[in-house]
Amino acid sequence: MSVYTIDVRITPRQGILDPQGKAVANALRSLDFKGVEDVRVGRLVRLRLEAPTPEAASARADAMCRQLLANPVTEDYDIQLLSER
Amino acid sequence: MRVAIVTFPGSNCDYDCYKAAEEVLGAESYYVWHREHDLRSPDVVILPGGFSFGDYLRAGAIARFSPIMREVRAFAESGGPTLGICNGFQILCEAGLLPGALLRNASLQYRSQPVYVRVETTGTMFTSAYAPGQVLQIPIAHGEGNYVAEDAVLERLEAEGRVVFRYVDEHGDATSEANPNGSARNIAGIVNEAGNVLGLMPHPERALDPLLGSVDGRGMFESVARALAGAAR
Repeated sequence: MSVYTIDVRITPRQGILDPQGKAVANALRSLDFKGVEDVRVGRLVRLRLEAPTPEAASARADAMCRQLLANPVTEDYDIQLLSER
Repeated sequence: MRVAIVTFPGSNCDYDCYKAAEEVLGAESYYVWHREHDLRSPDVVILPGGFSFGDYLRAGAIARFSPIMREVRAFAESGGPTLGICNGFQILCEAGLLPGALLRNASLQYRSQPVYVRVETTGTMFTSAYAPGQVLQIPIAHGEGNYVAEDAVLERLEAEGRVVFRYVDEHGDATSEANPNGSARNIAGIVNEAGNVLGLMPHPERALDPLLGSVDGRGMFESVARALAGAAR
């Protein structure tokens, strides 16, 4: 068994209005940052997870996303395996 | 009549619902803590408003896995009248008992104010005491009431007459100015396919007494009482 560090990145789904992202975009523009076309604000969940293989760790993280971490109606997610110890 | 009020850590409208059931309906109200496994044979279940589990992760996302939710699901799926108000609506959506989701208000502001909603259908056990198209004044108090669902889901809700309440202005028009949170099609409340599970963002339990500015919420509780009396006959 190893311990894996996994980042789960959750973002508002395409086509879903992201009022937070819009507000941040407006704030950036008002600070004179040019060329800000779009901002989406999401959430990062960093897991430390014990599993026999990297594949098993990723599969477990995926199950967590489907059940709890992300809402399939409004959010997309991706899973990144960062390290193993 | 027995009304179970399910309480989670962070529920804060539980006592309002308790009083509503007790005083308007003359019902026997009681609390059921989220860790319990038994709803104790209710006739009606209410998921009250508040900030269950601090709204961490997403509003309602953690509450939906509380032990009592297994019983709530069984009660709802067996046709029992189930009412989710505000955070209760968010929990019902997260639990998949109602379609769609509630996002951050489009204004990004927490909105605590009286709003007008129009009764879109009187053919539910929660609205039979109202007149079709009746405009009600009921308070809202939420930061995440922006109802979203895929277009196909919205179309289906409309076609099946499951949009129960819509935000309107005082004349009953569903304008964008009258929409306090950016909800798709000004939707304020919906029912499930079977019609026994209602979720809504406005707080009918806060509109029961002239002292509080409106009695327009009474009809919702009276409708349920009427439906249950009819079923018992």
